[in-house]
Amino acid sequence: MNAFLSVQDLSVSFGKLRVINNVSFELNRGESLAIIGPNGSGKTVLLKTLLGLTEHAGSFFWSPDARLGYVPQKIDADRHLPINLQNLLEAKASIQHLKRADILSTVKTVGLPQETLRTPIGHLSGGQFQKALIAFALLGNPNVILFDEPTASLDELSEEHIYELLNELRRERGLTVILVSHDLSIVPEMADKILCLNKSTVCFGPPEEALTEEVFAKLYSEPHKVFHHPSEHHHRHHA
Amino acid sequence: MYALALALSAAFAAGLMGCFALMKKMTLAGDVMSHIALPGLGLALLWNIQPVIGAIVSLGIGAVLIWKIEQKTDLPTETTIGVMFSAALAIGALVTPSEDIITALFGGANPVSLQTLLLYVALSALVVIFLWVERNRLVLSLFNADLAIVTGVNVSRLNLMYLIAFASTLILGLRFLGALLVGALIIVPAAVSRQFTHTLPNFLAGSALVSLLSVSIGYALASAFGLQTGPTVIALAASVFFLSLFKKKK
Repeated sequence: MNAFLSVQDLSVSFGKLRVINNVSFELNRGESLAIIGPNGSGKTVLLKTLLGLTEHAGSFFWSPDARLGYVPQKIDADRHLPINLQNLLEAKASIQHLKRADILSTVKTVGLPQETLRTPIGHLSGGQFQKALIAFALLGNPNVILFDEPTASLDELSEEHIYELLNELRRERGLTVILVSHDLSIVPEMADKILCLNKSTVCFGPPEEALTEEVFAKLYSEPHKVFHHPSEHHHRHHA
Repeated sequence: MYALALALSAAFAAGLMGCFALMKKMTLAGDVMSHIALPGLGLALLWNIQPVIGAIVSLGIGAVLIWKIEQKTDLPTETTIGVMFSAALAIGALVTPSEDIITALFGGANPVSLQTLLLYVALSALVVIFLWVERNRLVLSLFNADLAIVTGVNVSRLNLMYLIAFASTLILGLRFLGALLVGALIIVPAAVSRQFTHTLPNFLAGSALVSLLSVSIGYALASAFGLQTGPTVIALAASVFFLSLFKKKK
C-alpha cells in the first residue's frame, strides 16, 4: 500500500539554526499521528513544513488525492476585528468555490449553534473559537487534518469537548489526522502512531512500542512518567 | 463641479480602503506613506510635469521598496514605512520649490479638467474593484496568514497588490488634501464606522458613507465660508469621529 504521507530526510533551518534534522516517517490513509516533544523541539515547524509553509531540505509527498485542513495553534484574534464567523467561513468558501450551504452544515458538525455565525470572532469563548477554527478546517471536506495544539489555553471541560469532537470526526469521516501536542494524555485516545521529536526523530511507532523510559529520558532530558495503555491507567500525564 | 466629483470618487475608494487599513493595523501607515509621494511631487513641480505623475512614480517605488524590505527583514510594516517616510520627507522638502510646498502638504482647489476627472474616476474604480474582488483573501490574510496560504491565497502577492492599491488611494486624495491630510481620509471614516458596526459589509458601507458625507458637506462648508477645502473636510470627519466616541460600548 502506498503511504498517504511519506517524509524523507526532512530538514528545516532558520538561518544557521537547524530546527528539524533529517526526519523520515510514513503515514497511511486514515491513520492518526501524534507529534510530541518538548518546547522548541520543532513540532510546529514540522507541521507547517508539511503544509508547505516553510522552506526545507529533503522531501515529503502527500497522496495526490490529499485535501488538507489546518487548525493552527490558538490565534489571538483581535477582539476589535469587525468580522464574524460567517464572514470568515464565507471567505474560505468563496476562495475555494465551495457551496454556501456547506457553511451551515460544517458549523453544526462541530457542535456550534447557528447563532454563532453572527458572533464577531473576538467575542467567541475559547472553546467556541477553537471549534470555529475546526469548522474552518473542515469546510471543503478535507481528508487529512493537521492540528497544532488544539486545546492550548482551554479549560479541561472544553479540552474534553474538542477531543471528543476529533475522535468523532476520525470515526465518522475516516480522516487522517496529524496532531501536535504537549499533552501526553491524549496519546492513547488519539494516536495510532507517535513521532517523538527533539529536532530529530527520537521515536516513531505505535504508542505502546514507541514510548519507553529511555525515550522519555532522551526526549525531555528529565525523569518523566512513562505512557501506560488506557487499559492500565486512566490518569492524565502532562509533559 | 469636476473638483467635487473627483473628491467624491477618491472619498469612496478611501472609505473602503480605510477599513482594510484599520484591520491590518496600517492606519498610521497611510498618514506617513503619503509623504513618500513628496519627492515625486517636488521633482514634478521642479521639472514642470504633471504632479500626479511624480506622485505615482514616487509612491510606486516606495510601495515596492516597503514590500521588499518586509520580505527581507522581520521588521513590521509600520517600522519600514516610518524609515521610508522620514527619508522621503527630507528629500521632498529639499526638491520641492518653496512656493509650492504648502499646496503639496495641504492640497489645493485647482480647477479640474474632464480628462483629469476621468483619470481619477478610473483609478478610484480600480481600487474599489480590487478591494471587492480580493476582500475575502484580504480578510483571511489579516486574520491569519498561514491559514490564508493553506486555503490557497498567495499572501505575498496579495500584500504587494494591497500596498499598490493603498498607494493609489493616497494619490487619489493628494490633489485636494495634500500629503499631510490625505492619510486622514483613509483613517477617520473607517474609525467612525468601526464604532457602530460588527460585520464586514456594514463596516465597509459605513466607512464609505462617512467618507462621502465628509467630503460633500466639507466642500459645501468650505465654499460657503471661504475656507480651505482639505482642512475643512478632515476637520469635519474628525468632528464626527469625536462625536462617535460618545456612543456607549456594548
